[in-house]
Amino acid sequence: MSSIRVPFGSPIRRLHGVGGSRAAVGRTPWLLVALGLAVALLSLLPVAYLAIRAVGTDADALAFVLRPRTLGVVAQTVLLAVLVGLGSVLVGLPVAWLTTRARVPGRRLWSVLTVVPLAVPSFVTGFAFISAFGPRGALQSLLEPLGVERLPAIYGLPGAVLVLVLATYPYVVLSVRAGLLSEDRSLEDAARTLGDEPRSIVRRITIPMLRPAIAAGAMLAVLYAVSDFGAVSLLQFDSLSRAIYVQYRAAFDRSLAAVLALLLVALTLLLTLGEARLRARARVTSGRPPRHPVEPIELGPWRWPALAFLGTVVGLALVLPAGTIAFWSLRGIAQGERRDLLGAAGLETLLVGGGAALAAAALALPIGLLLARHPFTLAGLVERATYVGFALPGVVVALAVVFLATSLVPAIYQTLFLLVGAYSIRFLPQALGAVRASLLRVGFRAEEAGRTLGDGAARAFWRITLPILRPALLSGAALVFLTVVKELPMALILAPIGFETLATQIWGAASEGFYARAATPAAVLLVLSAASVALLLRDERNAR
Amino acid sequence: MASRLRARPLALFASLSLAVLAACTPASPGTTSAPATGAQPTNGASGSLTVYSGRSESLVAPLIERFRTETGIDVQVKYGDTAELASTILEEGDASPADVFFAQDAGALGALADEGRLAALPPDLLERVDSRFRSPDGVWVGVSGRARVAAYNPDLVGETELPSSILEFTDPKWKGRLGWAPTNGSFQAFVSALRVLEGDDAARAWLEGIQANEPRVYEGNDPALSAVAAGEVHVAFINHYYLMRRLAEEAEISARNHFFLAGDPGALVNVAGAGILTTADQADAARTFIEYLLNDESQGYFAEETFEYPLVPGIPADSRLVPLEDIESPDIDLSDLSDLEGTLALLREAGVL
Repeated sequence: MSSIRVPFGSPIRRLHGVGGSRAAVGRTPWLLVALGLAVALLSLLPVAYLAIRAVGTDADALAFVLRPRTLGVVAQTVLLAVLVGLGSVLVGLPVAWLTTRARVPGRRLWSVLTVVPLAVPSFVTGFAFISAFGPRGALQSLLEPLGVERLPAIYGLPGAVLVLVLATYPYVVLSVRAGLLSEDRSLEDAARTLGDEPRSIVRRITIPMLRPAIAAGAMLAVLYAVSDFGAVSLLQFDSLSRAIYVQYRAAFDRSLAAVLALLLVALTLLLTLGEARLRARARVTSGRPPRHPVEPIELGPWRWPALAFLGTVVGLALVLPAGTIAFWSLRGIAQGERRDLLGAAGLETLLVGGGAALAAAALALPIGLLLARHPFTLAGLVERATYVGFALPGVVVALAVVFLATSLVPAIYQTLFLLVGAYSIRFLPQALGAVRASLLRVGFRAEEAGRTLGDGAARAFWRITLPILRPALLSGAALVFLTVVKELPMALILAPIGFETLATQIWGAASEGFYARAATPAAVLLVLSAASVALLLRDERNAR
Repeated sequence: MASRLRARPLALFASLSLAVLAACTPASPGTTSAPATGAQPTNGASGSLTVYSGRSESLVAPLIERFRTETGIDVQVKYGDTAELASTILEEGDASPADVFFAQDAGALGALADEGRLAALPPDLLERVDSRFRSPDGVWVGVSGRARVAAYNPDLVGETELPSSILEFTDPKWKGRLGWAPTNGSFQAFVSALRVLEGDDAARAWLEGIQANEPRVYEGNDPALSAVAAGEVHVAFINHYYLMRRLAEEAEISARNHFFLAGDPGALVNVAGAGILTTADQADAARTFIEYLLNDESQGYFAEETFEYPLVPGIPADSRLVPLEDIESPDIDLSDLSDLEGTLALLREAGVL
């Protein structure tokens, strides 16, 4: 029995607080359930590994880990996660709305530029921030004539939150864009004919409609924030992730690192519970594909503040790191630094990123269907399980994969297959969030209608639901692609010998202080990412 | 019709990725290499030497290329972070494809040695370097050295103001002027040396004294050097070569190296080194490789290209540096992990970590 609660033309009031619009299908599709459980199992393997390692911890070490200072680090991590989640929505939501719903000059370009920052490695952004806004950075030297001798320190929480928000707001943008683009005009038209002002349309229709997409995007930002090491270490903020790295790097203590990582897993589960509650509060379905996409509105004089806002976001998240890269490059040229050939790194990055994006999107479709349409007992487990891998620091996941692969399936160890597979599982939540949000919005009625008109279930899905899901699948794939191309620890540890990505090249040079040599791969990474985003957004437009 | 048009970019993206996959897979050296061939912990199929290098590609790739052409040995190198590679080898267990571990610091070699993963090296290899720069158990050998220095900003600190011992930086006049990188392996080795030479109490007193001067904490030596050059701090405790490398990119930089007097705990010399795994199936080639790293030409390479100290006597270091013989680095076991754990405990006690 389908349960679409909002037939067209019904009083808009009914949109609010409509719950339980999951369109349940009669039979439980066991194949999907089996796939879901298999993916959940794979996602939880790192936790099993951590448990094995943590067992080796002696009592003293455990006491050390659970001392008050560690609890302080946990509290700081929660604070960081919540602030980054909020910040990513505050930045990402207006960006998504402006680049889809408003007539901003250069909208297509802004659409690309506001998403590309996702591909900037957070250590590059962190470095750029310190160079620019550090106590004696570039900004200070500009202000020096005005008598500013020292800027307030950006280290610690403020800097970490700022850099991580700039690294993660594109999650919200991409997730919400898909939602905005698949919304049908008829709902808003109906509201308008009933006398709603544009502002209250946003409040009463657009926002509730987008809630799953916003929650999905913010959740990704939160999970990224707790897993990140590059930014927190540069900005000297003690998060759990940094504490885990210290155990590996300074003490070579895998047991203590595992205990801390399990703490992070528990924390992640708590955070995802919060998200689930947020998402459950309201849900709206339009019940049919958007035959009449919403037309962008004229901003009038408001376009200037809108432009200033977009400019500031892109300036900080993209131009500043890109400028830093250009500066490294020019300085290197001035000093006669030789231009290193990039070799195959660009292609290999494209290969791994593309492969992982395709695989993650291919997994997200069936699992998204499972979660959105067939609420079964273990659905919650499947969903949480996928989050866990994403929230763990890359080095933890990578070492878990090393241990498991060498002991269980040595034949695939250090193969591209293993790397791409590990990426697609770890970053699955990025593709899943958008797909699931889209399915919840779209509901089931149109597909059902197709079936009553004689289509088979598969054909109805293929003809009707899949086209509606296109923007979500594409944005999900784009998210995975952009995250993979900058990913470092897994690429370093799991890649076949001799296989290099742009990110590993940037790191290899920058970690030794050879910034000029890091500049070329960094620039290629940005161009590659921008081109991919442009390609995907073009498709998004066509899909409309 | 319309839907076919729509499908195109996605299909294009997919087919492009597949084409790239097809084109790359055979060409990529790694995918044809051994681990893919199966359960054997060997890479015997291709007969190539596998090196896990915690030293970055930008530092050692030319050297490895030279080794390949001169010896005709097929060598595959996996680059990564030293500590992460050590952990990787430990996780791989007996199935590790690695023959040689070329580490950025001795601590990581010690971690492998403690787990019994490093094989004994022939004495003639070990004896090429001073006993301070090799494993007391003879399972790893130092290849190049780096000295601890105080990098300072000459616009903010006069050369005469700098003390000859690192211990004197606890003086309150350095309050708010210092930077350090306490998570860095070289720094921790220095604290270990301090404990060995002066005792735990003196080490704790030094750490607390520096803490009282409110030092800025940096993630690594290079960010600390940047902070010195930017005037964010006046002095930072780092390794000597970061400045040299920066000078190669940037002619003007407001930073200089200050070396500590001979015998001072601040004058510690750390090493990058190499060892052969017990599971190596290319032990002969592995020995040839380590021998190659210690030959005159390679030692000269470290002096000229990475600005480190050659460890084999007779090969001169960069002329701008204080010669290695004059540094008189304290004689401690650079890979002693039990000591490192004590050091970490001390750092935590003092609230540094």
